[in-house]
Amino acid sequence: MTEETKANASLDLRGVVCPINFVKAKLKLDMLETGEVLELMLDSGEPIQNVPKSIKEEGHKILEVKKLDGYFSLKVQKG
Amino acid sequence: MTDHFIEDKSNKVTVDVEGHDGKVDFNDLKTGGFIKQRQKDLFAVRLRCPGGRLSTDKLVEISKLAHKYSKKSVVHFSFRQSLEILYVDYKDFHELVAELKKIGQEVASCGPRVRVPTACGGCEYNPNGLTDTQAMAKMVDEKFFGTRTPHKFKTCFSGCPIDCARTKEMDYGFQGVVEPVWDEEACTGCTICSEACKEDAIEAHPVSGKPIFDPMKCIYCGDCIRACPTETWKAKRYGHIVRIGGKHGRHPMESVEVCKFLPDEKVPDAIHKTVEWYNANGKRGERIGNTLKRVGLTHYLDYMEPVFKSGSPADWVVPAQGVKKD
Repeated sequence: MTEETKANASLDLRGVVCPINFVKAKLKLDMLETGEVLELMLDSGEPIQNVPKSIKEEGHKILEVKKLDGYFSLKVQKG
Repeated sequence: MTDHFIEDKSNKVTVDVEGHDGKVDFNDLKTGGFIKQRQKDLFAVRLRCPGGRLSTDKLVEISKLAHKYSKKSVVHFSFRQSLEILYVDYKDFHELVAELKKIGQEVASCGPRVRVPTACGGCEYNPNGLTDTQAMAKMVDEKFFGTRTPHKFKTCFSGCPIDCARTKEMDYGFQGVVEPVWDEEACTGCTICSEACKEDAIEAHPVSGKPIFDPMKCIYCGDCIRACPTETWKAKRYGHIVRIGGKHGRHPMESVEVCKFLPDEKVPDAIHKTVEWYNANGKRGERIGNTLKRVGLTHYLDYMEPVFKSGSPADWVVPAQGVKKD
């Protein structure tokens, strides 16, 4: 990863199960303008297996992924 | 629902059917999906619904006919995705079939022949889907439905390795697969692919985060391709794993994999030649799995070579990819 992208909003989805985490991310993205960036925090395991796939399939772009201690931080650009 | 289709009873009965001269040939019924019920004179009429898909228009019309002809006003979804109208008096067959024909609905088939294919939703709308299983089921139904074989011949299409259509217990099954390829240049080492892979086929390099790919563990589901944020994992080719010789029933058998990555356009050839082989080698009343056991898989594979060579042999594995472990 190169320099960090600035996020317009942030959503901590740690502890939120599938598919509620995706629905919450989707609702948050709906509130943003196209091109704006949402920072997401997702647990390892099922959430990180599923949510990025669904985000991509909805037409958004994942700009950055950071693996942290037991969870992931993602920067998603609204498509 | 018992599967007592009226095969080999070789009897002809005369019945009073209005507007017809009153002959029902029970031998003719075996080619149609008329299944004898426990109750006297009553049959289940199995409709032909490849892949279990129906337009809502048709469903409404079928529903009206079911209401009219089912003595108990019930239908049943068969285990092979077709709608069955229950409690139909055999004296009503002609009329019901004619009315079904008017709405473009055919009756299915029982007995020793190619049955209506089953299929999952496939890539049209299921996010896991890798192949257009519904289109394939429709094609196979149009081309092969009712073709005579030594015993029943069931085909199915699953769009991904989750295999909802159960290719592993089918006479002839096709399961969607995708071969992943990795492009080092575009990879940012984000490690999502290693998390997304449920088979532990991708390990993230402890320093760079780039994938270390173990081809022996890959089942070609495409989760890495779907999860990758930078399109570093791409689809090299889509196709079908072909499985043969499975069945359920009293003595279940698991099918064997005979080809990988068979392209869509070769599916009709594969079925055509397999049915040809089965008809040439199978004994009457013998499922293809047992024919294979008796005659030998090699015999079949030799016969299929011209078709299967457009895919990969079953023991083929994708080359190792990604960065080196150390």
